[in-house]
Amino acid sequence: MKFMLLQNYGSVEADIGPMTEWKPEDVQAHIDFQKDLNVELRERGELIEGTALTAPELAKFVVADGKGAPVVTDGPFPESKELLAGFRVIDVESLDRALEIAAITSAAPGPDGQPVRQRIEVREVMGPVEH
Amino acid sequence: MRPAAETEDLLREAAPRVLAAVVRRFGDFADSEDAVQEAMIDAARQWPLQGTPENPTGWLVHVASRRMTDRIRSEASRRGREEAVAAAEPEPQVEPGEIGDADDTLTLMFMCCHPALTPASAIALTLRAVAGLDTAEIAAAFLVPEATMAQRISRAKQTIKRSPEPFRMPAGAERAERLRAVLRVVYLIFNEGYVSSGGGELARADLAEEAIRLGRIAHLAAPRDPEVTGLLALMLLTDARRPARADADGELVPLEEQDRSRWDRARTDEGLALLAEAVAAGAVGEYQLQAAITAEHARAEGAAATNWAEIAALYALLEGMAANPMVTLNRAIAVAMAEGPEAGLALLAELDEPLGSHHRLHAARAHLLERAGEAEAAVTEYERAAELTNSLPEQRYLTKRAARLRQG
Repeated sequence: MKFMLLQNYGSVEADIGPMTEWKPEDVQAHIDFQKDLNVELRERGELIEGTALTAPELAKFVVADGKGAPVVTDGPFPESKELLAGFRVIDVESLDRALEIAAITSAAPGPDGQPVRQRIEVREVMGPVEH
Repeated sequence: MRPAAETEDLLREAAPRVLAAVVRRFGDFADSEDAVQEAMIDAARQWPLQGTPENPTGWLVHVASRRMTDRIRSEASRRGREEAVAAAEPEPQVEPGEIGDADDTLTLMFMCCHPALTPASAIALTLRAVAGLDTAEIAAAFLVPEATMAQRISRAKQTIKRSPEPFRMPAGAERAERLRAVLRVVYLIFNEGYVSSGGGELARADLAEEAIRLGRIAHLAAPRDPEVTGLLALMLLTDARRPARADADGELVPLEEQDRSRWDRARTDEGLALLAEAVAAGAVGEYQLQAAITAEHARAEGAAATNWAEIAALYALLEGMAANPMVTLNRAIAVAMAEGPEAGLALLAELDEPLGSHHRLHAARAHLLERAGEAEAAVTEYERAAELTNSLPEQRYLTKRAARLRQG
């Protein structure tokens, strides 16, 4: 079963500031955690894709009607925290396993090594086959 | 370098017999599988240039064995064990009778469906070791990156390595259980290929073909086993409908609307003959029952001529063997067809608890409500089913059905 695990910017539950305000060693620990998790999931044959997206400041929004010029808006937005930070696509045996991986992801280390308790959205990917 | 199609077919067909021979010689499934893969790569490269050898399977066993002894030697000399080096054969000759037959391939299938493996791992390993597909092909079939599939197969082999088994067919209860696991894996592969063939995805349609091929191998090795025969019959009878399953745009066509003249007559006939064989063998099993149900559809000239009462009775038998809300759901649909939508809806009402969040319950209810003339309730059920499904073609079909009904 394929799932997408999504993280957006605002979904950090604990009182944790943006990564730009963390100590450098805490930033490194977080980065290492994400890399190690990808390696483990890859070795288990569960990782299909792990993607980080560029910052909300670089995001653009496009609305068009196919006739006139498209309307392109860029940041910064008050709703920045609604934007996607990154996602993983996994292929696992069951929803339980997907939730397990999401829990590991959620507990990634933050300032002083404390878990960030990020809210991870788990969505099954639609496919050609019913399960 | 892509080998000629004949070389590829030859290699794929030889793969399980070669692997079985090597595993029997050396005992190490994981390393043998690697060695056989390497030998196949060598063959794919050399045979188009140098011509196919007179005994292709013997060639492959010889080359794979040489790689195994090379590996044993280099491992042994690393550990400084002279005795092992001396014991390794200098020129592994292939003895007559060493190249196995269907029995060996079935034994190999048993190994690939090792109880410690997850279904997905057993499927991947079976497709590699028995069906002879390469990792890229298997990855494409399951829509995952090649590296992911390679890891899955590698880990499956490591799992088997940790609890190794001798290369022989188990006996008695263990054989029966393992055979069930093999049949389940083959059926899962078939379903994966068949159900997705409505999207015009040819790579996945080949999975159904591979499953049938595996089913034939099992049948060759165990011709008197009624469930093996039953599964092959089921797959052939089901697959016979494939040409009519999708319309020109690749959208799913439900069974009652399919153009039956497009069904594969040869496959249907073969499936019916095999079913008769299985039934004659006595014991009734799940796959036979499912095959019998599919056969009822195959026998009907058109949807209207379907013997739904018989199908309902067969589902009741299936329910008796293995109680399962899905089976009850299918029985409810058959009952509705035989006795009218209200009878079916009454049965469906009992399934809200086990299947309330499953799209199939709502889709079935929607169809029956539509037939009972309750358009509004039907639309609600179609929409709910569309919300709950994880299949894109199914979602499109349900959404269109709801829209059509809403228009009146």
